[in-house]
Amino acid sequence: MSMIRVENLKKSFGDLEVIKDMSTVVEEKEVICVIGPSGSGKSTFLRCLNRLEDISGGHVYIEGTDITNPKVDINKVRQDVGMVFQQFNLFPHKTVLQNVTLAPIKLKKGDQKAAEKKAYELLDKVGLREKAKAYPGELSGGQKQRVAIARALAMDPKIMLFDEPTSALDPEMVGDVLDVMKQLAREGMTMVVVTHEMGFAAEMGDRVLFIDGGYIVEENVPKELFGNPQNERTKAFLSKVL
Amino acid sequence: MQTIINAFPYLMEGLQVTLYIFSIAIVLGFLLGLVVALLRLAPFKILNWIAKIFVDAIRGTPFIVQLFFIYFGLNSLGFFSLDNTTAGIVTVAINAGAYFSEIIRAGIQSIDKGQTEAARSLGLGSTQTMRHIILPQAFRRMLPTITNQAIISLKDTSLLSVIGVADLTQEGRIQASATFDAFNVYLILGIIYFIVIYLLSMLASFVERKFVLR
Repeated sequence: MSMIRVENLKKSFGDLEVIKDMSTVVEEKEVICVIGPSGSGKSTFLRCLNRLEDISGGHVYIEGTDITNPKVDINKVRQDVGMVFQQFNLFPHKTVLQNVTLAPIKLKKGDQKAAEKKAYELLDKVGLREKAKAYPGELSGGQKQRVAIARALAMDPKIMLFDEPTSALDPEMVGDVLDVMKQLAREGMTMVVVTHEMGFAAEMGDRVLFIDGGYIVEENVPKELFGNPQNERTKAFLSKVL
Repeated sequence: MQTIINAFPYLMEGLQVTLYIFSIAIVLGFLLGLVVALLRLAPFKILNWIAKIFVDAIRGTPFIVQLFFIYFGLNSLGFFSLDNTTAGIVTVAINAGAYFSEIIRAGIQSIDKGQTEAARSLGLGSTQTMRHIILPQAFRRMLPTITNQAIISLKDTSLLSVIGVADLTQEGRIQASATFDAFNVYLILGIIYFIVIYLLSMLASFVERKFVLR
């Protein structure tokens, strides 16, 4: 069974049709990078995968569960789908440790002690154990984003979605965050990453999706997509960013 | 000076009544405000309308009319009989509740949408998100405005003297006529209100500092 299957996805905001028709499949342990010009619908595409956006048409299956079915317990599905945002969205009134442990404790994934033990392991992983008692306001952007990754991982997700995770960071912070993401990819996490980091897409992506105008215009292994793009729009986009 | 010393114990009794009414009414009013705010933001049009009509009705009418309506109006129907203190508490609570609900609604709406999205993406339900993520942040932001409304409500309790509640103002009126020293009695009355409200604001800024926004 595929981890994610998207069939003829459509999404409109009022009269504005942002996603016209998209279909793709993501297999277990795959790292999919999504690139495209701004306003092309790539973030909306990602946000449909955990139904943060109401889906206007088509189907999205997460591990075989059709999340467009209103009877599906979406909260249950979301526990398996971690998400990292461009603006981090850490909870400012909670410490780093509380940010990471909140969902596992409230959703009864274990008691507080177990949740904290796990949180410290995850903070070790992102290199921020010493910041456990700090508040998000005391962290740099790169640190915040690494905490956000740890927070998402605390629910033991099977899929991780990244929505331009490095776009709001100072250049010198980008590397730390990408390193954490690379490590996750090597450990076999299934990942969908919307990104402007073409280097990351080329190095880590099993496949790259080029999205433009509400369609997946081209989809290929990075070597082919970057080295030998087939579609005129892909060529035009790559000539601007590479 | 002697009149003041004689009047003082009565004023203190009145103050007790004022504080008693205020503290019950403000807690009830806050809970009412929270419920109305959540109704106002609920994803059901009919609930939004009910909440909006309530708020508009309270904001669009004078406090004293609300008090008369509840004390004289509702009692005249004969289904129940509220004593004047209860009617006073209910009026202050309902009145404060309407204003609190607008404060709470604005506070909730001021929290960035990303906070809700982050919480929901972790699998938290909408109630858990509201309770653990949105409301705690919103309350810190609302505290100064909430204090302001609490002070207004405290001052509104003085109007309960009109229906004979033996509050601080009512005791003041009695003492003013009993002692023939209206100037000094009302001066003292004002000073007592001022001190109570001053202490209330100090308490509020203490709480604010304690929960400083990070």
